[in-house]
Amino acid sequence: MSAIPAARSRRFSLGSVSLTVAAITVFIFLYIPLAIIVLYSFSGEVVNVWPIGSYTTRWYGEMWNDSQIREGILLSFRIGLIAASIAIVLGTLTAIAVDRFDFPGKSLLRFCVVLPITLPGIVTGVAMLSFFSIMGMQLSNRTIIIGHVTFCITLILNNVVARLSQIPRSLDEASADLGATPWRTFWRVTFPPILPAILSGGILAFTLSFDEIVVTLFLKGRDATLPLVIWARLRRGFSPEINAAATMIIAVSFVAVLLANRVSKWAGSS
Amino acid sequence: MASRVYRTSAPGRARSRWVALAGLLTVPVGWMVLFYLIPIGILLVHAYWSVKYPEIDHTLTLKNFRTILTIDLYPRVFLRTVIMAAGVTLADIALAFPLAFWLAKRVRRNRDLLLFLVIFPLWSSYWIRIFAWKTLLGTNGILNSFLQWTGILHQPLSFFLYSKWAIFIALTHVWLPFMILPLFTVLDRIPDSLLEASSDLGAGWFATFRTVILPLCKPGLLAGGLATFRLTMGDYIAPTLLGGPGDQMIGKIVADQFGVADNWPLGAALIVPVLIKISLLLWASNEAGATERTAV
Repeated sequence: MSAIPAARSRRFSLGSVSLTVAAITVFIFLYIPLAIIVLYSFSGEVVNVWPIGSYTTRWYGEMWNDSQIREGILLSFRIGLIAASIAIVLGTLTAIAVDRFDFPGKSLLRFCVVLPITLPGIVTGVAMLSFFSIMGMQLSNRTIIIGHVTFCITLILNNVVARLSQIPRSLDEASADLGATPWRTFWRVTFPPILPAILSGGILAFTLSFDEIVVTLFLKGRDATLPLVIWARLRRGFSPEINAAATMIIAVSFVAVLLANRVSKWAGSS
Repeated sequence: MASRVYRTSAPGRARSRWVALAGLLTVPVGWMVLFYLIPIGILLVHAYWSVKYPEIDHTLTLKNFRTILTIDLYPRVFLRTVIMAAGVTLADIALAFPLAFWLAKRVRRNRDLLLFLVIFPLWSSYWIRIFAWKTLLGTNGILNSFLQWTGILHQPLSFFLYSKWAIFIALTHVWLPFMILPLFTVLDRIPDSLLEASSDLGAGWFATFRTVILPLCKPGLLAGGLATFRLTMGDYIAPTLLGGPGDQMIGKIVADQFGVADNWPLGAALIVPVLIKISLLLWASNEAGATERTAV
């Protein structure tokens, strides 16, 4: 109890004030680039300069009328949804095997699944590129999806394993003792509580896929995802609708992360 | 205990467990082997092939590794990348520490919100944030026009952009959350009473930091440091957008071999030292007891 006055007096000390100032400064550093992108997407200037003379939503209109960007957005959504769905199935299957079974090579399996996000994206990209080329597979949206699924599996796996480890195995046993088949036990006992973990993992997987560029650059076919469209324009020089498109990517990931956060909270309370 | 799930005879029980396991793992393991492990293997084999334009010569050779060691550009780029990775890691530790400590030990209200604000940049597109630094640091960019607007500068400075400092600042920024989160996790676990005991026993804040906080932070520092180091080692976006011709990093050079330079075997060989370096770090930090990476 004597800790309380000590903590209270510490709050006003010089060290404590400078710690708070330092922490807030780091927070600002963390958000300046994001703020700049969002702010300048409403700037009336054609180049990014300070001060901003006038504000406009013109770039969003131009972005929407730009068929290349529009198709890029649709393609990114499609690839993100397909990649996340496949990753959900593969990741959940692996998670159940890892949590509910003992088998040789289990830690090796977990290590291999984490590798695609442990090693630099460029390694995944060029490795798959050389594989597809030797197999004679045309690069297309399908190869992009395969690349994205491979680094998304681990997100689902980690999320679902964390949740599964909180559910006592005795529930499965009770279900079996009461005569349920393993199949029925899975759908009625195991699946409902892990569903939020699967969903939040899936949303995060979608987020990763939606703005991914390094692996995509190596595996792209003829169509361009939204990041590829922006990237190509960036390399040619700056044009103001890029800020609007980038803001859209930031907004999509913000909504997705918020959603994933809510969904996993919902898991914690149930 | 779990084997009681199946109420059949012992051999049948064991068999049905293997059937279930095979059903669960065949597709995921097949996917990982076919689309990840075999590709990595093929990439490594490429390192021992060579190019006879426009074809790849499949006879095994050490030519690429000789090229890497004899052309002095490559060791220099590799060294520059490692120095950059070390610098970014140290800068991130210095920046993450006050924020993580403040979040773990000082913040009482709105903690979830503040944690969310740290986590969000981790999932927001890292290459867009690198591009943001380009608009910030350019000759006609926001920083220069801001400094001229305030009257600090009369002419724009051009050394901000297209330099290793631009890469350094941007990479320090984008990987910062990877350092904050594991550091927060370990700091949060240190009981307040331990810090109070240390100060009651007469230790100043520096002594408390050095003898109590720092040793207990080691797993978080290792996990965060490993993340920032390997992410910097492999990055390709920052040197492409922000670097000048003299600031190339290994990721950019590898990408060029698979793109414009069209020398896949050399590119594959250039990846080998990166893989060795990262594997050694993984192994070392595992030995030293790094914590698992923290997700959302």
